[in-house]
Amino acid sequence: MEKLIEILSSIHPDVDFENTVDLIDDGILDSLDIVTIVTEINDVFDVTIPAEEIVPENFNSAEALFALIEKLDEA
Amino acid sequence: MKKRIIIAVCALLVIALLFVFFTALVMPKYTDSKQIEGRLIGEYYEEAGGHDVLFVGDCEVYESFVPAILWEKYGISSYVRGSPQQLVWQSYYLLEEMFKYENPKAVVFNVLALKYGEPRDEAMNRMTLDGMKWSSSKRKAIRASMTEGEKLADYMIPILRYHSRITELTWDDFKYVFKKPDRVSDSGYLMNVGVKPTPEYYIGMAGDPLYDYTLPARAMEYLDMMKNLCREKGCELVLVKAPTNSVMYYWYDEWDEQICDYAEKNGLAYYNLIDECDNIGIDWNTDTYDMGAHLNVYGAEKTSAYFGKILSVNHGIADRRGESDIAAKWQERLNAYYARKKEMESKQ
Amino acid sequence: MLFTSYGFVAFLCALFVVYYVVPKKAQWWLLLGASYVFYAFAGLECLAFILVTTVSSYFIARVMDGMRRREEDYLTVNRDKMEKEERKKYKTAAKKRRFLVLIAGLVLNFGILAVLKYTAFALNNVNSVIGLFGGRRISIPELILPLGISFYIFQTMGYLIDVYRQKTEAERNPFRLALFVSFFPQLIQGPISRHSDLAPQLFAPHKFDSRGFGYGIQRILWGYFKKLVIADRVMVAIKFLLNDGAPMSGFYVLLLILIYSIQIYADFTGGIDITIGIAEALGIRLKENFKNPFSSKSTKEYWNRWHITMGTWFTDYVFYPLSVCKPMLKLSKFSRRVFGNNVGKRIPLYTATIVTWFLTGLWHGASWNFIVWGLLNCAVILVSQELEPLYKIFRAKFPRLTGSWGYGKFMAIRTFLLMGLIRSLDCYRNVRMTFSMWWSMISKQNIGRVFRQFGAMISSPEKNTFLGLSLSDCIIVAVSVMTVAIVSSMSAKESVRERLYKKPVLMWSLCGLLFFAIILFGAYGIGYDASQFIYDQF
Repeated sequence: MEKLIEILSSIHPDVDFENTVDLIDDGILDSLDIVTIVTEINDVFDVTIPAEEIVPENFNSAEALFALIEKLDEA
Repeated sequence: MKKRIIIAVCALLVIALLFVFFTALVMPKYTDSKQIEGRLIGEYYEEAGGHDVLFVGDCEVYESFVPAILWEKYGISSYVRGSPQQLVWQSYYLLEEMFKYENPKAVVFNVLALKYGEPRDEAMNRMTLDGMKWSSSKRKAIRASMTEGEKLADYMIPILRYHSRITELTWDDFKYVFKKPDRVSDSGYLMNVGVKPTPEYYIGMAGDPLYDYTLPARAMEYLDMMKNLCREKGCELVLVKAPTNSVMYYWYDEWDEQICDYAEKNGLAYYNLIDECDNIGIDWNTDTYDMGAHLNVYGAEKTSAYFGKILSVNHGIADRRGESDIAAKWQERLNAYYARKKEMESKQ
Repeated sequence: MLFTSYGFVAFLCALFVVYYVVPKKAQWWLLLGASYVFYAFAGLECLAFILVTTVSSYFIARVMDGMRRREEDYLTVNRDKMEKEERKKYKTAAKKRRFLVLIAGLVLNFGILAVLKYTAFALNNVNSVIGLFGGRRISIPELILPLGISFYIFQTMGYLIDVYRQKTEAERNPFRLALFVSFFPQLIQGPISRHSDLAPQLFAPHKFDSRGFGYGIQRILWGYFKKLVIADRVMVAIKFLLNDGAPMSGFYVLLLILIYSIQIYADFTGGIDITIGIAEALGIRLKENFKNPFSSKSTKEYWNRWHITMGTWFTDYVFYPLSVCKPMLKLSKFSRRVFGNNVGKRIPLYTATIVTWFLTGLWHGASWNFIVWGLLNCAVILVSQELEPLYKIFRAKFPRLTGSWGYGKFMAIRTFLLMGLIRSLDCYRNVRMTFSMWWSMISKQNIGRVFRQFGAMISSPEKNTFLGLSLSDCIIVAVSVMTVAIVSSMSAKESVRERLYKKPVLMWSLCGLLFFAIILFGAYGIGYDASQFIYDQF
């Protein structure tokens, strides 16, 4: 989780990722950011997030994103 | 909720009324002296009924035949339902419409329009068709007349056609929203007292040669329909070519032959009055207002006097001057005719 | 049938009546019939193409669905026998098989689109290359382009991908799928709907609801107002400025950019208003396609507000899959190793962005103009992305200035002009002409002449026109554009319709006003050229 927050903060240092829950719906993250995040996650966690998982529900909060990573890692 | 419904109904009512108002507002009033012909077709309804002779056709009928003179000289009750560049199918459907109002003894059709076999001009269409009251004849006339890009809806809902006039309205458009302007014709005859002589070299000059002299099949088809319609209604169809002397609206001999053939084959009378100019007494120096293309009132009166005789002698159209009802009506029209003539001459 | 034809209005009125009279279960059948009638007007051969897409997609989706079910059954039955690794392997292999089926469907349909839309363009380019070497030219076949093909193929392919991704159910009834593909209000110019949004609404029973129906009619009127009173009227000026292939240069180019922005906005959003309004009157909510695009403060924001459903289609089905696919991730790792972290991480992102915009441009039209248009948009977005740190410093240094109202307006105007400039590629014949026109804005000084002409039109309107527009045209357009601007900015805060609903008398008065404005000031009928929706052919 900490590593994830680190990734996110490197893109938007001014956002409090631990407590924000509408990163997509509020337009904080755009498509370019999302791709950067997915690439970073692939690099750091060795988890590939497939395109069909790129939906607002999975990216609206750091928590949801972390849950997704864990799910994909397990499968 | 109930209140909302009441408001909705009232609103729709107001919108409907405004729709009628705006339609009337943007309709062309044809009060401008250059296009008063647009009022001719609509003026018929005020005098509909009780005519023994009906004229249909293009400008040549409403500039050559004067019902007032036909009455004055021969007691013939007649009406001219002409309009600018009236095409054969328009004449046909106008006739079909008029048969709903009366039972004439004879119908006179001016043959010049037979040279056109296709719809021609939107503005001319509107001048002829807008004046008609809504009926199945009108609908059919529109369908037959539409040029490319015209739609039936433009005639049914005229505001769709004329809405762009909203930015060019004149005072007359407001003045005549619901009131009709004064009559422009005398029983369909459109008076012109101007004189513009036909130049000497012009008289008898032939028109440019044509590639094909066959009168269009579509036009002849409608002529045939007109013949059948008249037969069915028990009245006689008389073909006529008004006396003119024009290169622009030249009447070719080849056309004339086809009409002669047609008339003979179908037992119809056909009078080419161009050949009768001398007998009628037309003087091309005084009897035309545009160098021979159209007759002025003096030429038209002579022509009417001549043609009236043909109608009463050859076609047995009765003299009704003895019938007091109708005579009274015609006396009024006659007075109006001479009053108009006097007024126009004084302005000349 | 154009939206602005009398026939369409009559068709619509009849449909509304019948729709609420027939049994609720038959409503979607009626819509299907109406959609095919609507489409048949475009030509019977077009029907063949939409049928191919419908039938092929039906089967592809069903096959994928069947495969998935069998896989699940297999896994449930053999659950105990299989190891975790084994299961994972089976799943991957199964997914691959389904993926191949999906690809077959995509190739077939995009193939049709590519052949019909891009053959001439491709051959032209081939020919010019051959021409360089003096070879013989290939003759270019004349192919029909079925109405709205880009839209319905995109929507249907979205459906196939969604079925593959298990985001939506495969349709079991082919007629239902036929309606989803051909739903007539959005057939010509979008919005591009997702199956999971639209399908449940299409097939649900719809009771007549006076409020929703009224909203729909209001929206339709609003669309016609934009389209007929503004867009079709200023068409004259655009034709005048383009002057049959010999366009007017200098200051006129700026005028073209302004007027074309107004025209395409009014035309396209007006068309979408009609579409959404029709659907709303039928009880169906479509996705919004525009959200005040001209208020955008950056290009990125603009593309989140303009033609939104197309943008999301490309993001979801092109941009994301492309940027997170295995080869791209490998490329990312590789380039990071070679070029260092900073440059390396950009390479895959940039590749995906450029490809997406290239395809977006190509989708808009088969010409270099549109490709350059897409790439320029892409360039602006990427450059401003790179400059973001600088903006941040600027904003931190001048918080009062950059937070002010005026600065916001400045940003919006800047974006509007920039987008307008790029968009003017639509208008000119080729890329070279466009660039020379842009250059003429700086090099040619004819602003004085333009203003003198405008002045002449004002001082003696009966004799002079300006860009082919009379004084009354100009007044009508100006007043209408202001009305649209005011209503748009009002509705950004709170729905105008909701506010009006509370005041029925005012609502009816305004609707009446709008109705007569369309009837009296609309540029339709004889005397006005029927101009097609700009997006029809895309």
